[in-house]
Amino acid sequence: MSNSIGEVEGNEVLFVIGSNATEAHPIIGNKMKRAVKNGSKLIVIDPRRTELAEMATLWLPVNSGTDAALINGLMHIIVKEGWHDKEFIETRCTGFENVLEVIEQYPPEVVARITGISEEILYETAKLYTSTKKAGIFYTLGITEHTTGTANVMNLANLAMLTGHLGIENAGINPLRGQNNVQGACDMGALPNTFPGYQNLSEVKNIALFEEFWNVKLNPNNGLRIPEMLDEALKGNVKAMYVMGEDPVLTDPDANHVKKSLENLDFLVVQDLFLTETAKFADVILPATCYAEKDGTFTNTERRVQRVKKAVEAPGECRLDWKILSEIATKLGAKGFDYKNSEDIFNEIRLTTPSYRGITYKRIGKVGIQWPCPTEEHPGTPYLHKGTFPRGKGLMIPVEYEAPAELVCEEYPILLSTGRMLYHYNIMTRHSKKLDDIRPYELAEMNPVDAEKLGVKEEDFVRVISRRGSILTRITITDKVKPGMMFMTFHYKESPVNELTNSAYDPITKTAEYKISAVRVEKVEKVEKELELAK
Amino acid sequence: MITFIMNGKKVEVKEDISILEAARENGVDIPTLCYDRELSIFGGCRLCIVEVEGSKKLVASCSAKVREGMVVYTESERVVKVRRDILDLLLSNHPMDCLTCEKSGECKLQDYAYRYGVREGSFKGERKNYAIDSLNPVIERDQSKCILCGKCVRVCSEIQVTSAIAFTNRGFNSKVTTGFDKPIDYKNCRMCGQCITACPTGALINKQLKGIRPWEVKKVRTTCPFCGTGCNFDLNVKDGKVVGVTPNPDSPVNGKSLCVKGRYHTDFINSPDRITKPLIKKDGEFVESSWEEAIRLVVKSLKDVKEQYGGDAIAGLSSARCTNEDNFVFQKMMRVALGTNNVDHCART
Repeated sequence: MSNSIGEVEGNEVLFVIGSNATEAHPIIGNKMKRAVKNGSKLIVIDPRRTELAEMATLWLPVNSGTDAALINGLMHIIVKEGWHDKEFIETRCTGFENVLEVIEQYPPEVVARITGISEEILYETAKLYTSTKKAGIFYTLGITEHTTGTANVMNLANLAMLTGHLGIENAGINPLRGQNNVQGACDMGALPNTFPGYQNLSEVKNIALFEEFWNVKLNPNNGLRIPEMLDEALKGNVKAMYVMGEDPVLTDPDANHVKKSLENLDFLVVQDLFLTETAKFADVILPATCYAEKDGTFTNTERRVQRVKKAVEAPGECRLDWKILSEIATKLGAKGFDYKNSEDIFNEIRLTTPSYRGITYKRIGKVGIQWPCPTEEHPGTPYLHKGTFPRGKGLMIPVEYEAPAELVCEEYPILLSTGRMLYHYNIMTRHSKKLDDIRPYELAEMNPVDAEKLGVKEEDFVRVISRRGSILTRITITDKVKPGMMFMTFHYKESPVNELTNSAYDPITKTAEYKISAVRVEKVEKVEKELELAK
Repeated sequence: MITFIMNGKKVEVKEDISILEAARENGVDIPTLCYDRELSIFGGCRLCIVEVEGSKKLVASCSAKVREGMVVYTESERVVKVRRDILDLLLSNHPMDCLTCEKSGECKLQDYAYRYGVREGSFKGERKNYAIDSLNPVIERDQSKCILCGKCVRVCSEIQVTSAIAFTNRGFNSKVTTGFDKPIDYKNCRMCGQCITACPTGALINKQLKGIRPWEVKKVRTTCPFCGTGCNFDLNVKDGKVVGVTPNPDSPVNGKSLCVKGRYHTDFINSPDRITKPLIKKDGEFVESSWEEAIRLVVKSLKDVKEQYGGDAIAGLSSARCTNEDNFVFQKMMRVALGTNNVDHCART
């Protein structure tokens, strides 16, 4: 997030696109609801009628995957009406002319046809978003889990720069990040193209820097991204994999492809808490510790580094993740893995990661510290881009609308979208009996029109089939989804939705189009027999 | 700033605050059952009444603002008598089962009855007698213990903004209900349990913490392991086991708020399905092994691949669920020990 969670309630306009915050980020969702209750205006752009959509000032149920056209359309109106921030563009941005050229091609009548949103509502939305400086954009995976995910994010940046909604409190661009420490894992350089602190491998000086830090010759070539790892495993080029705390068989797209890739490895080691679907493919499973059994830090979506504290001993022979890794690295002959405790590692993080340099375990205290925090005197940074951008001037890059990779057709007439729900979190909460008792099985959302056509009732079983797989699930009948659309979560291994999802990727991030797959739904007559077959 | 006299002492406070808040700032604890700084003022329990010179009536200190020169008595004879009467009335319509009540030790009604020496209710007559709502897995509601302070209603409407519950009926028949007075379930409630935190009595109970006395637990503050919001809370530990979660009001992001996952997830920690020994696959079956054997096999296998095909034939998935320290060591192991940048995690998937 460019801003802080605490600023949400001070936003006069909340522009929420592709984010079901009240289910996926409940405490942030509550703050948004409170803001609305206290008079803030809310724009929700989502094909589903989410809880936030129900209380929105303007709800835009866009056709899935048309976000780029929508944002271009809004920018077109804003420029035509002269509602853009000319001074901000002039002094802080570059590339405006290129954007202007592209958005010229997106007049309201064209955009209305692509997005399914009326010209009047487009106009109202543009007007409301530019009615105050305190207007923040909030997005989640509804923006990024598309083949055009990166372009979508760049276009949101264009919109914010065009209107000067950046570098101040209560505005900005705010991705609500999914996992507890996805921000931190990126910050730590658990990425194939950067060292810790986003110090890119493409710059020779960074390689030299880390060679000096670690006193070793480093490989200068970018590594593989997850989908490439799996593709290369299937081709036989990647021979061994080490998987810590992830379950790609359940959470990555096109699960049958993932399974084939893992089967093709010579050696797979999985380090986890449970025998996950991925661990079943392993040669060795190493028992790890959960967050309640370890010391360390997590970094949240607003860049706040906070403490994780050990409350109990780990069961049986479970070991700390970093201890297992350090022992293996040392036995592989590497030096510099003789850490005494987690703080010892954190001090090396500080040394190698400029944005963490001023943060210490002692300073984190009760409220944490938000990076960038370059020195021990620095208070941390609640919001980014005040006065200037890291690269100097903000670069506006025009984005053209491109249709999703898989469209519905006669054979697969239903658009399937996937996501999280309130009562579960990925796969881990299925092991929490209390939470699983609340929601023990998948309930795929289906519109009443489609349910009637198919002749199914609430909680009936159906078979959902895509080009890549076929699964069984119960349904719930609701007009939260439009006719011709279905929504499923990825929490249930009994209804593994990622056997259906499309692995068509965004070309830059290799993030898959989880939000759009074409499926067909069949009524299931004899559930027991079908369940037996499914095993 | 405003100056006023409290219990004979001159006190200076900022303008526009209630007598109750002014008292708290100066270390004077005025009892209240229905007031919470984060919620709107209800003024329903009347326990916070104080005597103000020049005012015939006793004044509810949660809603009355401090005025310049005001003379206030928070524990005068008259005030204490009225407080005792209120507690007497409440206890007269309350099940006196403190010995087995889950809330015992954290119950405001119990605390104030003790403080003002009210042993039991003296008004004998009809009492509330409602069935306990305990059909859902996490929240137990015993309306017979409800004192109608309305904190649950306000927290649900003002903090959680769900409004799953509201007052219905009047007088003796007043109670807090869901729509159509149905039992609580995920369809009419978000199960966040913020009402449990707000409830001053045993009317709302976290079922996960049943059978555990509040003074038996050690609390360890930590950060939630689920979404990226970064809420803090206290893990409640008894006999070396995590038994549940209670909120920690100092949390910078979430304060006292928690969602259903943050509050009730902890039984996975003690799940019998945890892997607790290294496992090696032999003839298609996982067999328990020693750490020494497992590590030896991992090191040998990775070394063999590296020597035969190079480091880039090895790939590693780190984890957005693990700590920064774990992730740092993971990427360093891949880069330094295995000589490859094939390291990634689920940020993109």
